[in-house]
Amino acid sequence: MAGIVVNGRPIEWEEGMTVQRVLDRMNYSWRMLVIKVNGTLVRKEAWSSTLVPPGAEVSVFHLLSGG
Amino acid sequence: MDKLYSEIFAGHDPAVLEIWRKATVGIAGAGGLGSNIAVALTRAGIGKLIITDHDIVSNSNLTRQQFFLKQVGLPKVSALKDNLRQISPYTDVSVYNVSVSPVNLESLFKQADILIEAFDDAGEKQMLIETWQTLYPARYIIAASGIAGIGKNELIRIERSGTLFIVGDPGAELQPGVNPVSARVAVVANMQANLCLELLLEKGQD
Repeated sequence: MAGIVVNGRPIEWEEGMTVQRVLDRMNYSWRMLVIKVNGTLVRKEAWSSTLVPPGAEVSVFHLLSGG
Repeated sequence: MDKLYSEIFAGHDPAVLEIWRKATVGIAGAGGLGSNIAVALTRAGIGKLIITDHDIVSNSNLTRQQFFLKQVGLPKVSALKDNLRQISPYTDVSVYNVSVSPVNLESLFKQADILIEAFDDAGEKQMLIETWQTLYPARYIIAASGIAGIGKNELIRIERSGTLFIVGDPGAELQPGVNPVSARVAVVANMQANLCLELLLEKGQD
């Protein structure tokens, strides 16, 4: 079974899996995120079109207001 | 450098001071985070700061931002530049009274060795991180997320992915109408500044 790792947690990889699909699978509904796939930033406009390869390491950072 | 410079920085390690003196750091935002970061980096002897903010100083900023009552009504970047000059005239401070956007980010901060994100709004934080990491994937950016609350020092941490660092308490969401409290926002700001100084030394020793 191919997998990916999201914020240190292993999940199953799917054929055609996009960044947005990963967010849905993780139940991440917060819109203010910064996402990296294998160390490369994926801009929010590209979350629905960027494919996540098997074995990928995905980092999802939640951004909170305040400063 | 002159006598005053030698006296102000008499207690700095000369090799370290030289690395910091040659560095340029960008600070996007001059509020609770940015004003505290700028003070710390000026006291460290950073050679050049580029600071942006579109706002003016208000009375309610005085609870946590490095401004004075007599500066209320002034653009934050002008007031901050004056205050930094009172600390040490040896940091060259360039200020821009503008909002940062994907269009002007490069022209504002292209000289910066490291960019520090010090915005208030999460959407602006996202825009800054995405734009900077796309333009300069090899250059460090130090962002902040989660500064609300009181105490709980042990929950403030640094998350990293490559050249991106995010400092804060991931569970500290601001409540509507409640401003951050001085000490906790200053802790996060100084952790950002402290990390910046550390990264500059690592770069300087390459």
